[in-house]
Amino acid sequence: MRYNSEMTEIHIALAQINTVLGDVSANLRKHIDYIDQAVSQAADLIIFPELSLTGYVLQDLAPIVACKPRADDPIFGPLLEASRKIDIVAGFVDEDDRHRFYISQAYLSRGQVAHVHHKVYLPTYGLFDEGRFFAWGDEIRAFDTRFGRVGMLICEDFWHASPPYLLWLDGADLLLFSSASPGRGLTREPKLESARWVEHINRAYASLFTSFVVHTNRVGYEDGLHFWGGSTIFNPDGGLVAQAPYHEEALTLATVDLGWLHRTRARLPLLRDERTSLVNAELNRIVNKG
Amino acid sequence: MTDKPNPALVDLNINPNLARQILAGFIRSELARVGISKAVLGLSGGVDSALACVLAVEALGPTNMVAVRMPYRTSSQESLDHAMMVADNLGIDLLTIPITDMADALISHNPKMDNTRRGNIMARCRMIVLYDLSAEHHGLVIGTGNKTEILLGYSTLFGDSACALNPLGDLYKTQVRQLSRDLGVPEVIVAKPPTADLFAGQTDEGDLGYTYAFIDPLLYLLVDERYTILDCVAAGYEQGLVERVVERIRRNQFKRMLPPIAKLTNRTVGYDFLYLRDWGT
Repeated sequence: MRYNSEMTEIHIALAQINTVLGDVSANLRKHIDYIDQAVSQAADLIIFPELSLTGYVLQDLAPIVACKPRADDPIFGPLLEASRKIDIVAGFVDEDDRHRFYISQAYLSRGQVAHVHHKVYLPTYGLFDEGRFFAWGDEIRAFDTRFGRVGMLICEDFWHASPPYLLWLDGADLLLFSSASPGRGLTREPKLESARWVEHINRAYASLFTSFVVHTNRVGYEDGLHFWGGSTIFNPDGGLVAQAPYHEEALTLATVDLGWLHRTRARLPLLRDERTSLVNAELNRIVNKG
Repeated sequence: MTDKPNPALVDLNINPNLARQILAGFIRSELARVGISKAVLGLSGGVDSALACVLAVEALGPTNMVAVRMPYRTSSQESLDHAMMVADNLGIDLLTIPITDMADALISHNPKMDNTRRGNIMARCRMIVLYDLSAEHHGLVIGTGNKTEILLGYSTLFGDSACALNPLGDLYKTQVRQLSRDLGVPEVIVAKPPTADLFAGQTDEGDLGYTYAFIDPLLYLLVDERYTILDCVAAGYEQGLVERVVERIRRNQFKRMLPPIAKLTNRTVGYDFLYLRDWGT
């Protein structure tokens, strides 16, 4: 753990919101409202879901709702201003200089864009059709914040094991996951299969990487799809720190004690003992064979 | 009629509280986002419309329901009584708008018309009544078609399948029955043989040739679990029957889609003009 921050406790706000499909201005107003609430409750960091500024099943709306994470952008201008009081993670469609559109998550802090992550795994199967409308991101990078080193992933990114693993190796102790996860798999159990799966893997990542895993999922409906919420924070022991309600909008605040990293890793040195060169050698062999 | 026990590997039980929460939320959301507070719903006296009504009342409240019975002269008194029982239990008003005159105006042109044609006319007359009530009360028509009948095509196109939104379409009939029991639909309605009530003595299971208790697990394996025909045979189903069910699902695809548009331009509705209905809301 890098103690390069001025604090060892972070007050995290999970902004589990519904969105208006394709109405970025309306969604921005909700962001500002939730940010104001979080600031009034002394939160340090607020995390919105995937595509929180646009809605999820965008289809042909994708190019229309795209914006640029810059101070002169009418959407990002107010968000960057708000980030002087609280760090903000928000979801949007990023249009790059070559006019490719990415499902994206921005980390804003102290009036600056600290990092933008482009979703690297676009589910294009079953009910999903992201690959038809969006470009694939091609970087998985941790970045430094005032709370230490952080990594961001979006939904399908963390259904694959490698992106969280890479962020861990790149120094992230705080994994910030955002999603717009459509609920599916109704059984006799009180929890949907999709919810069970996501909670299962997030708890596993926290345990395997002895890190904090923070997940904000959205709520609401888009046509017949519903988003189940249930946002979570897991600690480096895999313990549940906080959980937002299922199916309802909520601003859920929780305090994360960064000292937990020290305590868990003193007991369980999985990071110390991770043999990255071995992994690298074997990956090279597997990728290059034949 | 084919009626043998469910294969042990299929568990169609659902969590009622979770189902109710998602489905009532769906109805509430789909109406609220277009600024509509009322639901229009045909109460047949059967279990599907009873469950849809329970969910709609939970979503919108009893005063926002426009529920209607639409009997034809051959409709059974029991169906009418059961519809009233549902309305009374939920504390909602119930309209009665008979369709006999409008249906017979067409049927009388051809007295030799078979039951299928008569039934389709009745179903489409009821659709006309529901959509007129929709205009009169500024309400959206709640559909009552379940997954079993959607897959098997056991419905009348532009008739009973016509609706603004359908909360039951991803529940097999077996699950509709279970959820109905769990949510307090009277047992007499849940337990009676399902019928379209288009002619005396008609039952769904007689029309289809198999019981819902039998067919739902097979549909679940084929559709939800993506079993092949041979997988189903290995699971204990007779191959000819599985093939007939698969063919029936295929043959009825047209009932599950909007009519195809012949593509001419670079951007065509349905192919590359793609927006959700909830676009902008």
